[in-house]
Amino acid sequence: MIRHLVLAAALAAVAAVPLLGRDYYATLMLPFFAYSVALLGLNLLFGTTGLLSFGHALFLAVGGYAAAYLGSTLQVRSLEAMLAVAVVAAVVIAVPVGWLCVRYVKIYFGMLTLAFGMLFYSFLYKFYGLTGGDEGMPVARPSLLGRGFGDLDKTSYLIGPYYYYSLALCVVAAVVMWRIVHSPLGLSLRAIRENADKAEYVGVRVRRYRFYAFVIAAVFGAAGGVLLVVPTGLASPTLAYWTHSGNLVFMLLLGGFGHFFGPLLGAFVFIFLQDQVMSVTEYWRFVFGAVLAAVVIFLPRGLMGVLARQERA
Amino acid sequence: MTPLLEARDVVKHYGDVQALNGVTVTVREDEFVSIIGPNGAGKTTLVNVLTGLLRPSSGRVTFKGRDVAGVGPVRLAGLGMARSFQLVNVFPGLTVAETLAVPTLARCGRGGRPFASLGRDADVREGVAEMAALFGLTDKLGRPARTLPQGDKKLLDVASAFALRPELILMDEPTSGVSTHDKTAIMETLVHAAKRIGVKAIIQVEHDMDIVFGYSDRIVALHQGRVLADGPPDAIRADDRVVATVIGRLR
Repeated sequence: MIRHLVLAAALAAVAAVPLLGRDYYATLMLPFFAYSVALLGLNLLFGTTGLLSFGHALFLAVGGYAAAYLGSTLQVRSLEAMLAVAVVAAVVIAVPVGWLCVRYVKIYFGMLTLAFGMLFYSFLYKFYGLTGGDEGMPVARPSLLGRGFGDLDKTSYLIGPYYYYSLALCVVAAVVMWRIVHSPLGLSLRAIRENADKAEYVGVRVRRYRFYAFVIAAVFGAAGGVLLVVPTGLASPTLAYWTHSGNLVFMLLLGGFGHFFGPLLGAFVFIFLQDQVMSVTEYWRFVFGAVLAAVVIFLPRGLMGVLARQERA
Repeated sequence: MTPLLEARDVVKHYGDVQALNGVTVTVREDEFVSIIGPNGAGKTTLVNVLTGLLRPSSGRVTFKGRDVAGVGPVRLAGLGMARSFQLVNVFPGLTVAETLAVPTLARCGRGGRPFASLGRDADVREGVAEMAALFGLTDKLGRPARTLPQGDKKLLDVASAFALRPELILMDEPTSGVSTHDKTAIMETLVHAAKRIGVKAIIQVEHDMDIVFGYSDRIVALHQGRVLADGPPDAIRADDRVVATVIGRLR
């Protein structure tokens, strides 16, 4: 009951942000929605299944470039079409990559995903004709549910209809992921995380379910990637760079990968902390390194671990 | 009648080490077979070969007439053979109910469904409740496996194998690490549960001779990778070689 109230209050607060008249903070919420969608997927792989990917930004890049390609090259301006193409592209790439990666676990899985992420980065960087190379590709402003909102300037579009579109997509993604985590597949994945050898002996198709988790995570990653590039108006190779994958893992650790909403809290704190620290010092990476070390040492269950403890107490 | 499980002339070597040297074992329906032998006799290797985990260097392993050499545990579970382990092997973070739901879902072929509701699955609910009742875990359904006492962990481990409703179950020292007093209680629970869910045959590896002679229909004594003796308990007890090499040492 309390949990439902907290959730409803959080949702209401997020929905009210554009009404506060602080446009800047509303625009900061846009990457939060994008990362939330992506991290819900990534945490199915890490928190639920126990596989830590260091290359997941690959799929955000797939989504980002799908949106850019559709909008700029093919002149298709529908965000729904961009999301659909991004999801299909993510599946097409995740099937062979996942098929290979789930044959390995722990550090080997992590390194293999890192390698594929960097491979994709190189592809984006080198194939200038197709991807725009280091300059990336511009992302045209998409229509939402068939409406172009041509009368709105960029900021009004972003913190108006686009804001609520992203929020709605984020809610849908959370509901879908909640169902997956609490489905038979979700339970099988947790069994795999807890004891993969034992899981096999009670009939769990370990490799196949890990593969499912990988593909689902990729789909969420690509959808998040689409949401991420619309506000910035640019899909660039750095989307796939390994530090971006590192940031995703950082957000999971920061928020707490053991809790369903931990990744969302992690994304929120990461984005606002980064904004604050960057405005104070150019050495923000140094500060973030220290924060990451502190989280791992003192808050192994992340910020959500602290909040959940309060809730029980 | 064709045997339920049959290993014929099985040889398994690891490099120069000969773990099994031409072992033939058959298990028929309604049999409780114990495998005994001193350390290093090849018991664990035999169990791993019988459960499709290891491919024999030569020889055949058939289950219900089908070649199962090296097929792996998932296929074998699907065919109707389950296994429990010598060392307690649970899912530490899953509750008792969740632990029993995993094999129940696998048995129904639903373990990979991403959108079905777990809570509304009547088969799972019934399967979990039945297994928990058979193994005396009903009032611990909500507890994470890691918080259970050792004896209950052992029961949960075996119960999760039983939840596959196998035709044949292979137990590697089902009572190891349990006090003498609890051993008999665990064995009674296992045998009762096996009858209730229709397990056709049980194979166990066991060191405790009271358990071995108390429950077995047949005993297979291994020594240095070979079958030293194979027969009913009375014949084994009367076999001087077995007494000298296996029973005597264990006593």
